[in-house]
Parts: sequence; structure tokens; C-alpha cells
Amino acid sequence: MKYVKKVLGEDLRQYTMVVALAALIIIFNIASGGKMVTSSNFQNLISGNAYVLVLALGMLMVIVIGQIDLSVGSVAGFASMVMAITARQFNLPWYVAILIALVIGMIAGAWQGFFLSRLGIPGFITTLGGMMIFRGGVIWISNSISVPVPSELKWFGAGYLPEWGPAFTGMNNSTLLLGIIAIVVYVIAQMRKYTHSGDVTGRKEAFWPFAVRIGIVAVVIGYATWLFGSGRPGTSFPIPGLILVILIILYYLITERTSFGRHVYAVGGNKSAAELSGVNVKRTYFFTMLNMSVLAAVAGILFVGRSTAAGPAAELHGKWMPSHPYSSAVQPYQAVLEPSLQQWSAAW
Amino acid sequence: MSEGYILQMKNITKTFPGVKALSDVTLEVAEASIHAICGENGAGKSTLMKVLSGVYPYGSYDGEIFFQGKKMIFKNIKDSERAGIVIIHQELTMIPELSVTENIFMGNEIVEKGLINWGEERKRTRELLEKVGLHINPNTIIKNLGVGQQQLVEIAKALSKNVKVLILDEPTSSLNESDSENLLRLMLGLKKQGITCIMISHKLNEITAVSDYVTVIRDGQTVDGYAVEAGRVDENKIIKAMVGREIGNRYPEHTPKIGEVILEVSGWSVEDAKVPGKMLCKDSAFYVRAGEIVGFAGLMGAGRTELMRSLFGKNMGIFKGGKMKIGGREVRINSVQEAIKNKIAYVPEDRKGLGLNLLDTIRKTIVSANLDMIKTKGLLDFDKERAASEKYKDSLRIKCRDVDVGVNTLSGGNQQKVVLSKWMFTKPDILILDEPTRGIDVGAKYEIYKLIHELADKGKAIILVSSELPELLGMADRIYTIFEGRITGEIAAKEANQEILMKKMTITA
Repeated sequence: MKYVKKVLGEDLRQYTMVVALAALIIIFNIASGGKMVTSSNFQNLISGNAYVLVLALGMLMVIVIGQIDLSVGSVAGFASMVMAITARQFNLPWYVAILIALVIGMIAGAWQGFFLSRLGIPGFITTLGGMMIFRGGVIWISNSISVPVPSELKWFGAGYLPEWGPAFTGMNNSTLLLGIIAIVVYVIAQMRKYTHSGDVTGRKEAFWPFAVRIGIVAVVIGYATWLFGSGRPGTSFPIPGLILVILIILYYLITERTSFGRHVYAVGGNKSAAELSGVNVKRTYFFTMLNMSVLAAVAGILFVGRSTAAGPAAELHGKWMPSHPYSSAVQPYQAVLEPSLQQWSAAW
Repeated sequence: MSEGYILQMKNITKTFPGVKALSDVTLEVAEASIHAICGENGAGKSTLMKVLSGVYPYGSYDGEIFFQGKKMIFKNIKDSERAGIVIIHQELTMIPELSVTENIFMGNEIVEKGLINWGEERKRTRELLEKVGLHINPNTIIKNLGVGQQQLVEIAKALSKNVKVLILDEPTSSLNESDSENLLRLMLGLKKQGITCIMISHKLNEITAVSDYVTVIRDGQTVDGYAVEAGRVDENKIIKAMVGREIGNRYPEHTPKIGEVILEVSGWSVEDAKVPGKMLCKDSAFYVRAGEIVGFAGLMGAGRTELMRSLFGKNMGIFKGGKMKIGGREVRINSVQEAIKNKIAYVPEDRKGLGLNLLDTIRKTIVSANLDMIKTKGLLDFDKERAASEKYKDSLRIKCRDVDVGVNTLSGGNQQKVVLSKWMFTKPDILILDEPTRGIDVGAKYEIYKLIHELADKGKAIILVSSELPELLGMADRIYTIFEGRITGEIAAKEANQEILMKKMTITA
């Protein structure tokens, strides 16, 4: 136990969810006769659920400041619907369409953030209104008809990395490259952490826990790389997954390494104390809500890209039950991603 | 088994990972007495009471508890409450939005045929409130009561559980003088009814006033016990046992090095944001010089805190006029951020409510008011953060395992040191300390006093707001008195005494 703690850190409870996830995978792999741990299943899981985790990134911050955003599904639907309609009617290139979706998200977020931060109306009420408004907006502008999106956008929701290079690797070389980059970055981070370990406290840590950690992570990433890369030809680690990974790294930096992130936690922990420490509480509220809606727009793009069309209310909102992202907001991010990310980038 | 003891805790040892919180502590409490337990912050008083009340279940500590002659095995709080041991925590644990009746019978509802018998509950509540001398409607919502009244409701709640031993953890720390007296009188009344009280307190005058026996705990060990009635106890003796050394003077020696005027305020007026027309500060004018400690004396509600928070970025009330000069230059400060930029720091009186985010670690708290200091290329630098917090941990002697533990695990004195560190890290020129030693034991107070002197010697202008007149007389170089929002007097500390100050605090001169 002592040695396990040396490798994983003092607080083992934070790994409960990792263990639960591993157990689930094993149970269902047995129950499905080996269909769980296959390339195509994992590829589908990632590209089919990336949008939920994108929402979770923003929802984590919203929940931390003690608010709630009920409108994410409607904002995502509205942003992607506007994107689909403008792209179709004006023949806009795909990147302009994406920009439009993000701007819509930003405006929606500013609208809701304004009510929360300036008028002091609770997020629950504000976003309940937002949910109705944007849901109605989707039905209104689309006349309840699905609108197909430019094929380039499908790449964001269901695309794969390109094939290149030699065939003897037996897998998608882009995925292989990503896996190698991830392992190298992790090794560098751990080595840096090791060399700096005694800088402040004067106590140099032993090297072996770092070696074991590197070993475990290398095996896990290596296996995942093989799993994602060795599917049927033309498939790889999915694009939405790649977008998700980039966003996770970005939001880790925002929540842990910027003043804004600190302010979010300060406001959530004790609003009055935060105010007396010079935190602009209203500004923190505003930008947290703004950010949530922008991420909702991103999620909308991923979702629409996968289903190849922006759908009207019934189809879309059935899948976007507002409760969906909350349960996923705190749980996976806090339990699974945060501890590993903390280790991963603490040295940077 | 010796006679006359209702409660005996024998050789209690409790260890947490890495820390021995209690070692071989023995506590014997006589029936129908008031037993005081005192000790420095972190000495183990609260841990001992948590062992007694079953918060730490039987088996998680070594030693035995005998209650009314029988060995007790408490697995949780319910067990100890059933036996008749009830603890009232320092932070009140009632639900503010519910009524007195609902709170008193919370978890113990009088149920008939599956429904709560409200009539009976209200009747019993009225009887219980009568016992604690509280004449209020049982339907009153808790949040509409004052802290003193809430405390009495807590005691009434304890009485509803057929309490035999009532444990009060720092019962008067948040009460004003008359409420405190009221509570102490009630404890004497309970004693007459045969209820034993165990009181944890820092206030030595209260201990000597009401208790029969005092047990002193230091560093997790019982140091000494004194019977009060025998007249063997004096305050200095307790203090000595608590800190393990003689404190000849409760306030450290200090020769002020006073320089130029740093802060000058004139005509400062603030209106109450909730009650139009009511002025919190009227035409206040004062100045503070570098290296000077200026005390502000006033009764509760006199407007001391309101004035200070208004100076600190118009944080309270509606600003109605006034000028502020820092270093001779007039400044207009409209937000806390600007106040911090102008080198003002404010340590609030309500440490837990306004000073700390209790979810944060020591490391994050210390840097939280000056994040720009720990940035490298726009991102927070954890190495700088750690270095800064370690520095303050060492120089202020914050007692903790390491700086990554939560501030909620610290004792009051250490929490206050963390708050002070946080504001020292903003490198202020003007430091406003609002009740900096409230709820802190004698030893930690002395350390904080020394720290205030050090800061003054570095040329900082220090404003010390305090309800304790001896503290102001012992620490300040000059004292202003406030009454009903108006500054009523200014006096050099050397020429002042408690009577003079009290007079100016109660009469508009």
C-alpha cells in the first residue's frame, strides 16, 4: 500500500472512478463476448460522446460557481441550426459557418451572463428562459425540418485522421504519431518534475515512483493507440476525440493555471471572501456563463457533424436532455481526467 | 470506580496519520458541576470532545470512557446522545430557514400515526424555551434570531434530549457581553438542576467566574487540573499551564518608530444600503502615520467595521462623500481591486465568512489576493506559489503538516495567520485589522501581536479595530473612539484607560 501511494499520490479515493470504469469495461467485454474492447466500439464511443464531455468542461465551471445552465442543449441546437442554414442558403465556406456558430454561442452566453451577473437573476431562472428561447428559435428558423450541413463539417463530428507512411506498422500512422507524442510529453513532464522535486522543500524524491508512473502511463497510452489505430482501414483515433483532448488541455490550463480559473473556484468557495480579496465576482459570473454557451456551440458543431444534419426540436432535444451534461460534468472530469492531468502537467 | 464522577475518560490516545492529537489524556468530571477545559488552539480540546461524543467512533482511539459508572461504547453521535451527552458546537448547526420548533425536534419528531404532532411539539418547545429563559414564539424562523438567542435554542434542543452532560465548545466566542452573561447565568441554573456542563473556552475571566474545575490541555496531554472554588486558580496560572511558559506581559514590548502621515481621511460619510437615511459613518476624519498602530474602539454596531469596509473600496453601504489621501495624494477608490492596487489591505473580522475560502488549501489561500505575483508568462507558476506559501508558513509559524492541506483543518489561530499571510503577500502600506485576535488563544494572540509590531516597524500604517479595550490599550499608539458612526475622540494610548475610552464610546462628546 505504501508503495502504491508513492506512485499514485496520497489520496487514492480520487481513483475510485478509474477503477469503476475499468471494472465496467471488463464486465461488458465478457458479457458481450469480446465486442466491448474492439477498435470500432471505442472509436464510436469517442466520436459519439465527445460532445457530452465538451459540455462537461464548461458545466464543471458553472457548477463550481454555484450556478446551473439548463440551456446548453438549446444553445447547441440553435447555434448549429443557424450554422447549417446560413451555410446552405449563402453557400458559405465551412470555416465561416463554424465561426457563425461560435459567435451565436458567444451572444447567447453574453445574454445569459448579463442577466446573472448584472441583474442578479439566478442561473436556473435565466437559463430556463434561455432554454425556451433557443429551443423555440431552432423550430422557428428551421420550420421543424432537418437541414443538411456541408460535408466538410462531417469531418468534425465523425472524421478520422489521414492515412500515410509505411504499412508495416499495422495501424493508422497518424494515431501512432499521436500516441508517441503523448508518451514523450508525459515522460518529459515526469522527468522535469523529478529534477525539480527538491527545489522548494529541499527533499529530493526517489526516482523509482516516477519510473513506475511512466511505465504504467506508457502501457495505457500504447494500448489505447493500438486499439484506436488498428481498426478497419481508413479509421483512426476520431477527430472529435482529438478536439476533445485539445479542449481538455486548454481547460486544464484555464482552471488551474490562470487567474480566471482561480477566481472561479474562489467565487464558488466563498463569494464574500472572494470579493474582499479583490475578485470581480460579476465578471467571473459573466465569463463563466459566456464560456459555457461557447462550448455548447462547439458541442453543437460536433453533434451536427456526426449526424450530418442540424435537426429540429424533437430529434435534437430528445437526445439533449438537460440533465445529461450535469451528471457527466463533475464526475468524469473531476474523477478521471483531473488527477491524471494534474500529474501530467504539474511539472510544466 | 471512584464516587461522585459522572464521567471519566481514561488514558485516551488518538492518532491521525502523522500526528498524535491526544496522548494518554484523562478527564474526570464531577456530577452537577461546570467543568472548564482550556488549552491553546490545536492542543486537542475539540478532538477530545469528538472522542467523547462519538464523532470518532469507539475503536478509532485507545482508552476508555466511563459514564455514570458504566463503560461506554459510542459508535456515533446518536449513541452518545442517547446516553445523555450532547455537544453544542462552536458553529451553530441549526437550519436557518426553519422554525425554532422544527429545529429543536429535528431528527426527534413527535410522531403519531405517521404524522408529526405539531401541537405537542410547539407546547414542548414553549416549555423548553421557558427553561432557557427565552421568550419568543416557537414558530420564529431561526435566521431572524440573534446569535445569542440561537445559542439558547441550541441549549433548549439539547435539553429536549434529556441531557445529562452538556458540552459547550467556545459558547461565548460569538456573543456580545450581555448575551455572554446571560448564557453563563443559564449554565449556573442548569447546574442547580443537576446537569453537568463541560465548557471549552479561551475566556479565562468566564472560566474563573462560573466553573468549578479547570483542566488544562497542552500538546494533546493533560497538563494540570485546578479546583476553582478552593481559590487556587488565578488567570496567570492557567495561562502559564496553557502555553508552558510564563507570559509576564500579554502584550509584547514595543517602541514605535513613527514616520510621515500615510493615510488621511476626512469628511467620510456612508449611508446604510438597507435603511435609507440611516448613516453608518458621519463625517469621519482621522489619519494614520507610518509605523503607527492606530486603534479604533467602539461598541458593536458603532460603525467601526462599516467605516473600514467603506474605505476598502466602498465595499459596504452607500458612499456619501469624503476624501482619502494616501501619502499626501488624493485618491478615489471605488473597488476592492483598486484598494489593493493602492496598497491597502483589510483583514475582516469574520474569518470564516469573509476571510477564507474554506475549500481551499493553505497554498492557494496565501497567494489568492495577489495572483499576479506568482505568474510566469501569464500562467500561474506552482513553484513560485509553493515558495511563497512555504515562506509565510515558516515566518509566521503556521502549524500544519504541509501547505497543501485545507485551511478548514487548521485551528483558529493558524487560520488567522493564513489570512494575515494572504494580506502580507499583497505588500500593503496600510493594513486594516478588524478584530484580528477574535476566537484565538493566548499564545497565538501573543504571536499575532508580535507580528503586528514587526509590520509596524517596517513602516506600515496599521489600523487595529478591536472590541477588547485591554488589547487596544496594550497594542495601539493612538486610539480613536466611535459612537453611532461618529468619531467621538482621539487619545494617545499612554493617556487612556478603559474608563476614559468607555465614556467616549457611549457618549457623543
